[in-house]
Amino acid sequence: MELLIFYPLAGFSLMLALGVVMNKSPIGSALCLIGMMLGLAGIFALQQAHFIAILQVIIYAGAIMVLFMFVIMLLNLKGTDTKWRARERNTLLTVLTTFLALGVLYKVITVIFEFNLDSPAKVPDTFGTAAVIGETLFTDFVLPFEVASILLLAAMVGAVVLAKTKLD
Amino acid sequence: MSEFIDEVLEFIDPLFEPAFMIGSIKALVIAAALLGVVPPLVWLERRLMGRFQVRLGPNRVGPLGLGQPFADSIKLLFKESIIQSSADKFLYHLAPAVVVFTAIVAFAVIPFGEPVTVFGQEIGLWGANINSGILFIFAISGMGIYGMVLAGLSSNNKYSLMGGLRSSAQMISYELTLGLSALSVIVLTGSLNLIDLVQNQSTVPYIFLQPLAFLLFFIAGVAETNRAPFDLPEAEQELVAGFHTEYTGMKFAMFFMGEYINMVTMSSMITLLFLGGWNAYGLPLWPILAFAIKVFFLLCVFIWLRSTFPRLRYDRLMTFGWKVLLPLCILNLLVTSVIKVL
Amino acid sequence: MVPLAHYLLLSATLFMIGVVGVLVRRNAIVVFMSIEIMLNAVNISLIAFDKYMNQHDGQVFSFMVMCVAAAEVSVGLAIIISMFRNKPTVNLDEFNIMKW
Repeated sequence: MELLIFYPLAGFSLMLALGVVMNKSPIGSALCLIGMMLGLAGIFALQQAHFIAILQVIIYAGAIMVLFMFVIMLLNLKGTDTKWRARERNTLLTVLTTFLALGVLYKVITVIFEFNLDSPAKVPDTFGTAAVIGETLFTDFVLPFEVASILLLAAMVGAVVLAKTKLD
Repeated sequence: MSEFIDEVLEFIDPLFEPAFMIGSIKALVIAAALLGVVPPLVWLERRLMGRFQVRLGPNRVGPLGLGQPFADSIKLLFKESIIQSSADKFLYHLAPAVVVFTAIVAFAVIPFGEPVTVFGQEIGLWGANINSGILFIFAISGMGIYGMVLAGLSSNNKYSLMGGLRSSAQMISYELTLGLSALSVIVLTGSLNLIDLVQNQSTVPYIFLQPLAFLLFFIAGVAETNRAPFDLPEAEQELVAGFHTEYTGMKFAMFFMGEYINMVTMSSMITLLFLGGWNAYGLPLWPILAFAIKVFFLLCVFIWLRSTFPRLRYDRLMTFGWKVLLPLCILNLLVTSVIKVL
Repeated sequence: MVPLAHYLLLSATLFMIGVVGVLVRRNAIVVFMSIEIMLNAVNISLIAFDKYMNQHDGQVFSFMVMCVAAAEVSVGLAIIISMFRNKPTVNLDEFNIMKW
């Protein structure tokens, strides 16, 4: 039964991910990416990771993508990007890298099916709630958590310095 | 093949259970009620504004002007829908739909009364009771920004673009304050579930324990719903009408509806977080009536604010949000957490 | 019950779409979005393994991935804005002053 939810969600996310790469206008790409992130939030919810699913919507779809939209509006990038197909002078390179990517993908798929992955652990009802994740975050992962907060602070300062117009 | 059919049958089987029926009826009732509350709210706002500004307000159509909302809706429905030839058609149509959709979905997790028993079935007076209800509301109202952003982008009009830019900047800034001031209440309760929150306030509403958080949440809530004095995205005097400059007829009305539904959602949030939800504190009221009275009072305060304060200047708005509200929020959260741990 | 392999396949495919996007597209903002696709793809497999092994480490790490994504996007978009001030384009092929 879960498969019947999984397939539409996965197909939706994949289609929209392709849409991000192939869309001609940056606005279209951004919209596709928002849709893809909502689809992935659905997939996280399907795996009982409700807290992460909501965080995905708040952080990715609600904050990061708004930032993208904001920059697209600020730079007024409405002109369509017609030359996306061929990277100038490097068509051969593009084709080769695409083949390389497909090769890696093939390898990954064969490796996945080589192992027997059909004995999942029994999951308790509390899996994926905010309380359990918070407990793990503040006991086993305190140091990464603090480092992440410093990273965010540094990024904030960096963004302000970079984007500031110089006052003469 | 038959296995697949079995699976499909198993999948749609829950659709015939009473729980599903009740859920869909609840969803329909909530959505219809939210859409139905908009015209009376517009009437209320215009009447009250009239009184505040020492004039009469609409009083010609029907008794007390009660026919005015109907007249307005009919006018908006039959107006010609003008679309600029240089607008991006798809995004132009998508934007108002996003605004109304997110406004209605956000209300889905708001509980407005104790469970009642009808025909032997216990029915909770909420759309859905999910574990992290508060986060869900923040997530969905965060998606609501896109309606304004898309409207600003697709109209191909500089006023709309400015309005969209302002709205996205303003809503990102004030969402932080909103979230952090709600967090200090969550610290007190220890739960993200809205029903737990209300039950924890059965003796004392949190407004007495967290007066600063209430004030910050209220200010940020007014800013988040784009109401005056924070209605910078649609400042008439500078930006014509902001992000919905190019919209006419029903699509304009949808932005309007979105704003009013957001107002109701925000008032309900404040009621649940700080005013004790449906707890009547000894007064002989039905829980649902107590909730409705509190929400109505807050809606009147929203309207009162609009007719009292002049609009802020844009740079002052951002400075106020980042340099005054946010530090106060963090301070409040810090003090609350320390007291809670001690 | 969805097998683990399905999630891993979805994750690998999304990751590859992201890689191809970075390599093929020349619009700086779209390249950034492709990087976001890759980060999201990693989150899928982190959470799938988490459910499979009944642990919470993967979810904590996907939370960290979101933090890193937020930091990366804020700095990256600031860089794009300051580049746009020098030269009004976001086409990465045109930023070749340092190239010989």
